[in-house]
Amino acid sequence: MEPVIWLAKGETMAPNDGSWKRVFLSMNLFLTIVIDGLIEASWLFVVALGLTLVFGVLKILNIAHGGFYALGAYIAATVVTLFAAKGLPPALGFAAMLLAAAFVALAVGVMLERGLLKMFYGRDEVVLLLVTYAVFLLLEDITKLIWGVNPILATQPYELFGNVSFGKLFYVGYDLVLIPVAIASGLAVWFGLNRTVTGKIVSAVIHNPEISASMGVKINRIYAFAFAFGLMLAAFAGALTAPKISVQPGLSSDVIILSFAIVVIGGLGSVEGAAVGAILVGLARAASVHIFPQGELFVIYLIMAVVLMIRPEGLFQRETARRI
Amino acid sequence: MKALSHPLAMLGIVLAFVLLGRVLPAWTLSLATVAASNSLIALGIVVLARTGNVSFGQGLFYAAGGYGVALIANSFGLTDAVVQVMIGAVCGGLLGLIIGPLISRYTGIFFGMLTLALSMVLYGALVKTTALGGSDGFNVGRPTLFGNVFTDPREADFMLYSVSVIATGLAGIAATVYFRSELGLVSLAVRANNLRVEYLGVSANRIVAINFVIAAVFAGASGALSLMAQRHIDPQFAYWTTSGEFVFVAILAGYQSVAAVFVASLALELVRSFSNLYLPNTWQLVLGAFLLAVILFLPRGIGSLWTSANRKSDQPDAPAPGAAVTEPAE
Repeated sequence: MEPVIWLAKGETMAPNDGSWKRVFLSMNLFLTIVIDGLIEASWLFVVALGLTLVFGVLKILNIAHGGFYALGAYIAATVVTLFAAKGLPPALGFAAMLLAAAFVALAVGVMLERGLLKMFYGRDEVVLLLVTYAVFLLLEDITKLIWGVNPILATQPYELFGNVSFGKLFYVGYDLVLIPVAIASGLAVWFGLNRTVTGKIVSAVIHNPEISASMGVKINRIYAFAFAFGLMLAAFAGALTAPKISVQPGLSSDVIILSFAIVVIGGLGSVEGAAVGAILVGLARAASVHIFPQGELFVIYLIMAVVLMIRPEGLFQRETARRI
Repeated sequence: MKALSHPLAMLGIVLAFVLLGRVLPAWTLSLATVAASNSLIALGIVVLARTGNVSFGQGLFYAAGGYGVALIANSFGLTDAVVQVMIGAVCGGLLGLIIGPLISRYTGIFFGMLTLALSMVLYGALVKTTALGGSDGFNVGRPTLFGNVFTDPREADFMLYSVSVIATGLAGIAATVYFRSELGLVSLAVRANNLRVEYLGVSANRIVAINFVIAAVFAGASGALSLMAQRHIDPQFAYWTTSGEFVFVAILAGYQSVAAVFVASLALELVRSFSNLYLPNTWQLVLGAFLLAVILFLPRGIGSLWTSANRKSDQPDAPAPGAAVTEPAE
């Protein structure tokens, strides 16, 4: 996951003495930060999109979301390894891993919502948060039981798209493909919500479940569908990133914290907010990796804390009146 | 129950538990030490939960206490256990004094997320601070007590046990007294409806801030106790899953009884050591299932098993403190 500065042959970079001069001297560094940041932002956005959607519809901040990211990554790794072992082309493995991850997440998501979450509706927001925390813990060990604790490498699809160069910078094509995929996912969700009948119904449920129900909307179905769809996005992002990383325990807790930061920065329940939040977090992370490596983790949560202090409802969320 | 909840009676119970440590087998002793130190930080979460806010970032103060004590111990050679607990409490409390007033403006999910973010800021900073050992952390020496050095491991364990039980016991007594005081009762009113409390002329924010600082003091002291037991500290102290486990103890306990916190913490440690023994790698599975079962079947915690009979009438099911922030979903 660590971005690497790819230098052209013969080019050397001044040692990092921490001075700001170095930052302004290197145009390459700036480009690197922007591109690395966007790559990072792209898969984070897909995860955060699912999280913000689930919150928008069900008003649940789902900690188990990270578990589904990990689940997607594990399923993808298994599928890729299976395809590679059978000698099938990596392109086929790539398509299959995305489909498999999305399908499993959809199925498990519906079961989880209908079988478990349903029992806790109407309880405290914080209680629901704890329920999803329990599911997170369960998933963490279930993945360990199924796939073991050793890291799994499934890098075959990573070479699918070759290498790309920008001036003196060289990038793996797969990383760059993530950016349009993320944009497409975002647009698809936005289009689905705003331009289709189902989307309008979902929006109605977001605004007022009671009135929607009285208008004949089967809100239980909408809840189950939205929850499963959100988890599917998490698993999809997990599958997308699986070839880039070594799939191992602990993935889920890191990812959920990053995507929390993103949706909180952008405003819970807002698609545009998730996009802006993801770009902010991606750029901040890339910038700190290259300029101030000590601050890599620190910076993101600092942004989140500052945004919460100034605009607790997030950058893209209007304040709502509360009942007394 | 009434007679047992007199402060002096509770002091007697604490002393009885200390003496019990003399006859406990070695493995129970260390388990009880961990349980006692964990229940101290969980008690802080319960104090805060009485205002309706759940902190997912108590690891912040836990780590602050732990690192503060460890640094002072290593640079000044300060090894006295009692002093270390006090230093931990002061470190946690000072940080709480800075953060409390800022954070008390938030409720529900935002409160939880902000505390989580702050603890992760510290975690991120600690992991990358090579001077403090980065993600590996560093070791500290054995604690002493009033100038006595404990070379016999059995005696050292008993000393740690006594200090942990007494520190946690005193905090528990203080919390019981506090819960019955005016301030402690207003906390429950804030949980029920903070705006109405404001209408009555009390600053709900200030109540939350005061409870927050108390929770921070407890967490800092708990960090010091945990440091003494492990003689090692690393950034994991501040990681959000560490905080999550303490929230778990608090939820298991419920917010009605102090004794329930100790029972919950002990139950958790017992389950942990047995699941490590018989079902390795499934500790989180057990924890998750346990948590779901508690939320489902004992929504008011195990404390409700023995307090519900006489408290039910004056404590209506508190409506969601956070549910009021946004439009309720139902």
